[in-house]
This record gives sequence, C-alpha cells and structure tokens, in this order.
Amino acid sequence: MPELFLSFQLAFLVTVILLVFATPLAYWLAFSRWRAKFLIEAVVALPLVLPPTVLGFYLLIALGPRGPLGKLWLALFGHTLAFTFTGLVIASVLYSLPFCVQPLVASFERLDPKLLDASRVLGADSWRTFRKIILPLSLPGVITAIVLTFAHTLGEFGVVLMVGGNLPGITRTVSIAIYDRVQSIEYAAANQLALTLLAISFILLALVYGLNRRVGVRWLSN
Amino acid sequence: MALELTSQILSVRARLKRTSALSPAFQLDVDFSIPPGITILFGPSGAGKSTLLDCIAGLVPPNEGRIAISDEVLFDSAAIKNIPTQDRRLGYLFQSPALFPHLTAKQNVQYGISHLQNAEREKAVSEILKLFRLENLVSRKPAELSGGEAQRVALARALVTNPIALLLDEPLSGLDAELKNSIIADLRAWNAAHQIPILYVTHDRAEVDALGERVITMDQGKIAQQGIPREVLDAPRKERLALASGFENLLQGVVKEVSLYDGVMRVTLNGSSAMIEVPLGFAHPGDSVRVAIRAGDILLALERPSGLSARNILQGTVQSVEQRSATIICKVQAGPLFEVHVTLGAARTLNLHPGRELWLVLKTYSCHIVE
Repeated sequence: MPELFLSFQLAFLVTVILLVFATPLAYWLAFSRWRAKFLIEAVVALPLVLPPTVLGFYLLIALGPRGPLGKLWLALFGHTLAFTFTGLVIASVLYSLPFCVQPLVASFERLDPKLLDASRVLGADSWRTFRKIILPLSLPGVITAIVLTFAHTLGEFGVVLMVGGNLPGITRTVSIAIYDRVQSIEYAAANQLALTLLAISFILLALVYGLNRRVGVRWLSN
Repeated sequence: MALELTSQILSVRARLKRTSALSPAFQLDVDFSIPPGITILFGPSGAGKSTLLDCIAGLVPPNEGRIAISDEVLFDSAAIKNIPTQDRRLGYLFQSPALFPHLTAKQNVQYGISHLQNAEREKAVSEILKLFRLENLVSRKPAELSGGEAQRVALARALVTNPIALLLDEPLSGLDAELKNSIIADLRAWNAAHQIPILYVTHDRAEVDALGERVITMDQGKIAQQGIPREVLDAPRKERLALASGFENLLQGVVKEVSLYDGVMRVTLNGSSAMIEVPLGFAHPGDSVRVAIRAGDILLALERPSGLSARNILQGTVQSVEQRSATIICKVQAGPLFEVHVTLGAARTLNLHPGRELWLVLKTYSCHIVE
C-alpha cells in the first residue's frame, strides 16, 4: 500500500513542521496582550470552517506558476509547487494549523498564571520558564495537538486533491486512493484502505485520551 | 559584606493608574522606605497591597516612580530603567504556594538556584530544608503536601535563593494559628541571620500583632499611616482602616466642646442626648466626627456605676444576644446602637437577654476619632 506510506510520510512531516511553528504561535496567542490578537485567532481558525476546496483553490493559485510562492519556487528550483509533494506539505501545514494551535493555546491558557510569576521571580527567563514549567505542564495539550494534527493530515481529501491532484507515488494519498478505487468500482480494494484508515484513526484517538487521562491524574490530582 | 547586608533598605516611590471596563479606576500612589526586618503592609482588600508588591517584583510596571534596594535600582522611570523580574533577585510568596505541581518538593526548592555548582546547591538546599523541617518531604509532589507544608516549601524555595528583599502576600491566610506561628518563627530565625527588608501583606489583625515590628497601613492606593502597630492600628485615622482593624462601632457625632484643661473633647452622639468624652484630636466645636470603639473595649454594668475613672456611662437596652464561637455579641440600644463583645461567663452572670436594661461604660482612651 504505497498510498498509505505516502500519507504517513506527509502526516509525519506536517506534524513535525507544525510543532515547530505552531508552538511559538500558540504561546503568543495565549500570553500576548495585543488588542488585535483576535484577528490572528480568526485567521488561524479559518481552515476549520472553510470548505477544503476554497482553501485548496487559493493554495493552487498561490503555488502555481503565477502565484507568489510558485514564482519564487520556480526561480529557485526550476519547477512550481502545484502537483508536487512539497506543495502538498505546504498546503497540509496550513490546513492542519488550527488542529495543532488550538489544543496548545487551550493548555497554555489553563496554566495557573501564578506558577509563571513564581518561575520569573525565581530567576527564570521566558525560555527556561517555557521549558521547565509551561511545556511539561502542557503535555496533555501537546499530545492532543500532535495526534490531532497527524490524524487530520492523514485523512484530508479536498485540499490534497485541489493542490496535489492524483499522481501515484507523489501526491496520491490514501484518501485520494480510496476515492480513485470507488470511481473505478473496485469496492473491495477501497474497503481495505478505508478500514485501515478507520482503524489507525481510532487507535490514535484512543491513545490520546488514554495518555491524557494518565498524565492528568498524575499531576492534577489534589 | 556583613556591613552591606545590615544596611539593605527598600525604598519605593510608585504611581500607577489603572483603568478597566470591569472595575472602577484605581490609582496607586505611594512613597515609603523600609529597613531590614518585617514590615507589615495592612489595609482592607482592594487597597492596592498586592498591586504594590507586583510593582516591586516587576510583574506590573508602575507608570512613574523609583524602586531600589539600597543603591541597587530596580525601576526608575526617570532613567528609563526597568530590571526584568527574573533579574531582581527578590523573594515573593503569594497567597497560594504556587509550587510547580510536576516537580518534587526538593526540585521545587532547587528551581531558583540551578545556576549554582552541584555541591554548593546541595548544601544550600539541605540547609534550608533542615531549617524549615522539610527533610522528610523532599520526594513528595505538591499534591501530596498539606497546606502548611506546601507554604513552608514555597518559603524555603524563595529563601534559598538569598533574595535581597522578601515580599509576602498573605502567605499564611489559609492556615490555623499554631501553624502560622511556627512558620513565622522560622521566618524570624532565618531573617535574624540575613537581615533583609521583608514586606508582609495582611488584612488579619491577629497576624499584625504576632509579627509587628513596623506597620504601614494602606487605603485606596495610598499610604494612610506608618509606625509601630499599637500606635497605628489602635488609633486609626481612616474610617475604612478602623473597620478593617476591628472597630465594630463607628458612631457619628458632633464635637460640642474642646477642653484643653481636661485633655478631652466632649462629643454628642447622633440619636442620643448623652455627651461622651474622647481624647483631644484635630477638631473644633461644631465639627462632625466619627468615633471608633472596639466592641471588646466596652464594659457592661447592671447598675449605674460610680467611683470609676471611666467618664462615659450610657444607659441602654439589650436588643439582641448572639453567640459566635466563644464570644457573645450583644447589641445594645443606647441612643445609637452599640455592639458589645463579652465572654460566655460574663453573659451568664449578667443574664443578658433582649429587653434587659443596663449601663455601658466607655474609657475615654477607648474612643478614637477617625476621619
């Protein structure tokens, strides 16, 4: 099942990239006192409500030969981003952004601000406070963010189809492959893939809830 | 070094204006300095005590002012200097212990001295754990500590960093008296050796008496008075402070006569024709004044007493009698309504019940004029 492998590759890359970028963004959203913060919050949440085709359409334009990102990429590497795996990664990062940012923001905001004050008074700068206090205490949120991002990227369809098309081994992810098989009335093969995806998604989610409960019990019991 | 340590003085001049849609505008405007040792910051809630501590700690920057410990300037609006909280080297204890829940008691205590060498750090930690009798709790998580233990760990965590000043925001408010006293004793023992300025916020009169070397009273963002607790709190000049420091009776009256010869002012209380004598104050005949009297400072008598030094004797009728733990709270109508506190035994002997006629006796020096 090369499609499944491709999907996992995509989901893994997107999760790693998002953790790197979404964590500082979530930190800023949780702790900044900037008045227009709500605008950024709204932008981050957009992929939750937009039809994937809308996001996919604009991404296709942006990544294509006349789009800003596509133009830049063309000048640098000699090809555009549309219908490539890299283009798929970029699109998925944007599409899965809220699934990574929102659990992080929620767990950062739940922290007792007195703990952060205590850390600062004890001589810790923001970076040390983040590593030693905020991150370990937000572990349930981090796990949730990782799994939701991974599972969501694994299962996305519309954006992938718009931006990546259906190129075997390059952009044909598992959800595209399922669609493809149904189109050509190969129900047994479609069912095999669909069932695998269903099982993986369930196991991942069960893992999150199970882990979060254990972590939660250990620290937050009083 | 030793000489330097003994001369640490915390000086604070701070102005802060806060406007918020949720609460009425608040203005902090203080200027004071405190020597090494414990200074109580006392006042009703909302007076700005915690905000003041946040300013000193750098968690809230004042709009204008200067905060320094001896010649180490922490904040100076004129010089655009604002040392970040983490570099101020202060100890700050909140009402909640704010221990890091994922770290053990020992890891909590070590948190502020991670920059020290291993051997040095171990030594400092074991010394402070011993002083605060926490050796047996080192491997416990905060969730496994009692309230008193947790606050002790928090105190050890703050003091092990050798702060140049210590800020305490009602750290013992949730604890019983015995626990309070033992923690206060530990704090005193520590400070005997270190001699840093300690600013201790409380609104609990009993804590002021237990700790008090000096007291600063605050009201509505301003410093009302400072001095030693007995003088400041037993003769409050501000009405809100009078209420906070346990004056149950605040009576409206008019000054009729100021007698320098007798050292008293004679005041009629509204609702009564009786005249009482109060100590001389800044008032003139005809002025309206408020008289503050502690409920525990009023004597009850079944017959009109004679041959007493007390000058103020009022006749009244018991309105209600109510028991609160070991105290009887008796409301007596004697012109104005007086609240009087007596012991259970006294209430029994006097057979206090509503409708009972009796006499109130007030010492002149138990009557305080407040603004």
